[in-house]
Amino acid sequence: MSLKRIHDDQPKEFKFSNENLKKAEEILKKYPDKNKKSAVMPFLYLAQKQNNNWIPLAAMKYIAKFLSMPYISVYEVATFYTMYNLAPVGKHFIQVCTTTPCLIRGADKIVKLCKDKISPNENKISDKGSCSWMEVECLGACVSAPMIQVNDDYYEDLDERSTTEILDSLIKDKPLKPGSYRGRKNTSPEKKQVIDGEKHA
Amino acid sequence: MLKTENKIFKNLYNNFGWEIDHAIKRDDWKDTKDIISKGRDWIINEVKTSELRGRGGAGFSTGLKWSFAPKEIGSRPHYLVINADESEPGTCKDRDIIRFEPQKLIEGCLIAGYAVNAHVCYIYIRGEYFNEGKRLQEAINQAYEKKYLGKNACGSGWDFDIHIHFGAGAYICGEETALLESIEGNKGQPRLKPPFPALVGLYGCPTIVNNVETIAVVPTILRRGGKWFASIGKPKNTGTKIFCISGNVNSPCNVEEEMGIPLKELIERHAGGVVGGWENLQAVIPGGSSMPLLSKKICDTITMDFDSLVENKSGLGTAGIVVINKDQDIVACMARIARFYKHESCGQCTPCREGAGWMWRILDRVVKRKAAYSDIDLLSDVTKQIEGHTICAFGEGSAWPVQGLLRHFRKEIESRCREEPLIKKKIDNPYLVDQHLLENKNA
Repeated sequence: MSLKRIHDDQPKEFKFSNENLKKAEEILKKYPDKNKKSAVMPFLYLAQKQNNNWIPLAAMKYIAKFLSMPYISVYEVATFYTMYNLAPVGKHFIQVCTTTPCLIRGADKIVKLCKDKISPNENKISDKGSCSWMEVECLGACVSAPMIQVNDDYYEDLDERSTTEILDSLIKDKPLKPGSYRGRKNTSPEKKQVIDGEKHA
Repeated sequence: MLKTENKIFKNLYNNFGWEIDHAIKRDDWKDTKDIISKGRDWIINEVKTSELRGRGGAGFSTGLKWSFAPKEIGSRPHYLVINADESEPGTCKDRDIIRFEPQKLIEGCLIAGYAVNAHVCYIYIRGEYFNEGKRLQEAINQAYEKKYLGKNACGSGWDFDIHIHFGAGAYICGEETALLESIEGNKGQPRLKPPFPALVGLYGCPTIVNNVETIAVVPTILRRGGKWFASIGKPKNTGTKIFCISGNVNSPCNVEEEMGIPLKELIERHAGGVVGGWENLQAVIPGGSSMPLLSKKICDTITMDFDSLVENKSGLGTAGIVVINKDQDIVACMARIARFYKHESCGQCTPCREGAGWMWRILDRVVKRKAAYSDIDLLSDVTKQIEGHTICAFGEGSAWPVQGLLRHFRKEIESRCREEPLIKKKIDNPYLVDQHLLENKNA
C-alpha cells in the first residue's frame, strides 16, 4: 500500500472539452447501459490528458456527477491506481523501473542520473526544462532491462551513456526516439538471430 | 528443442509484419468459420485433448475452465475477459503477442467467446502498455473491416464484439476477480471465491477469464489438432511456451520453446549463457517474482514445466526467468521484490497488507547488516502467517519468494546478522498502555 498526496493548489472548476465529451460518449457505448460506472477509469484518463497530465479534485467531482456515482467512489479509484497523477508532473514525466530484473542490470545508475540531472527528489519538477521523475514498479519490459518510460513511450536496453543522452534531450524538449538503445530488434536475442527460411510476408 | 514448423508465434520479433494481411499469410483466420461450425463441444474437447494449461501462472486446464460456463445463455449474458495485465516482474511475453501477433489473440477471442457463449469480450490491458493497447485497437479495427468481428463474425453466425479496457498501474488487477472489479469501476480488490467467475463474474454474469497467451494459442491448436499440441513437451505439461529470460545473461530475450526444456539448455542456447559462465550462477527465479528461487544445484538439472518445478518447491508461473549471478547481492534482490509486494498489496486483508511491509523491513535490515539472529525466525514466522490467510493468491506470491530465500540462502542471511537486537534497552512497560505513549521512548 502506498499513499498519494493530493496537490495543495486545486483549480475550482473542471469540465470536459467538447472533443473529450465526444470521446466520453464513445467510451460509454462499450459498457452495458446500467453499468455506466465502468467508464470511471477511462474518464479519469481523459481528465488527466486534458489537465496537463494530472487530475484535480474538481475533475473527480465532475466525473462522479457525469456517471451518477458517489464522489468518494471516484476518489477511491483515483487514489488506488498509481497511474493517476494527483499532483502536477513535468511535461516529460520519466518513470524509472527499479524492480529486481532492472535492478540487476543497473537501474540504480539510472536513478542516480535522474537525481543529478533532473531533481534530487522524486516528483519534483526540474528547474531546467519541464521534467519530473519517479521510481516505479515493474513496467513489463524485463528482457530489455534497464528501461524507463517517458510519458507513453518505452526507452529500453539503456546504459549510463544512452540514459544521459535521453535525459539531455528531454531537458532540451527535443525527445529522442523510443525503443531499444542497443539497436536490437524488439525482444530477439542479440548476436545470432536466425530468420526462418520460409517466406512469410 | 522446438522445431521451427511447430512454432506458434512465428512473428514474435516482428520480422514479418503485424498487420492483418501479413497475419493472414501466416495462416491466421484460416478456416475459422469451419472450426466454429464444428460446435462448442468439439472445440472444448479438442482443447481438453491438447491438455493446454493456462499460461497466466496458475496452470489450470483451459478446456476444463471453459466447460464450467453454463451451457445455455440464461437471463444473464456471458462474458469473456482477457487478462493482459502483465505486471509480474520478469514477464513480458503478452506485450510481444499484443504488439506483433494481435490477430492470433483476436481470433482466439472469437473462438473462445463462441465456446463459452459470450457475445462480448473485454481485454484488460495494463495502463503502461499504452502504445501496445493502441496497436491492439488498430488490429481489432482491421478485423472489423474484414468482417471477422461484429455481427455474424467471420460468417459463423455468431455476433462478437471486443472492447479494450485500460488498467492504471495496479499489479493486483492481474488477479482475475480484482480485474473484474476494476472493469466494473471499483478499486481492484479481489473477491472471495466461491462463487467463481464462471458462474458469478463481471456484472454478476457468468465470465471466463483467460490469459493472453492461452487464448492466442487456441486457434493454432484447433487448426492442427489437440493431439499435435499434446505431442510437444511432456505428459500433462504439453505444448509450447514463451519464456522471458532476463537478468544476468549475455543476451536476454523472449523465446518460444517446448515445455519441459532443461533450464540450462534454455539459458545457454537462447540467452547466450550466464554472465561469467554457468559456474558463476547464484540463483534463478523460474516463474516471475512470486515463485521461490532455485539454487544453482537445482538449476543444473531442472526442466521447465509445471510439475517438475512444483516438485522442487517452486513453480512455472508465467515463465519469466530471472537469472541472478554471483556478482549480485541475493538478499538485496529479494528485498527489492519484498518492496514490490509491499507497494502492490491492495490492502484488503490484514496479514498481507501489514506482513508485506514487515518482510521488506526485515530484509532491508539484513541488507544493511542491522538485523539480529532472532529476526530470521521472525521473518520465517511472518511468511507463514501470510501464506494461506488471505483472500487471493497475492499472500502466497509475496511470502513464497522470501521462503525460497530462507530455504536456500539461510547461511548467507545468518552471516549478515549480529548478536544483539536493534533495540537494546529493555523498558519496563506497564501491562496495559497506549501505543503512542511508548513510541517516543522506543524511538
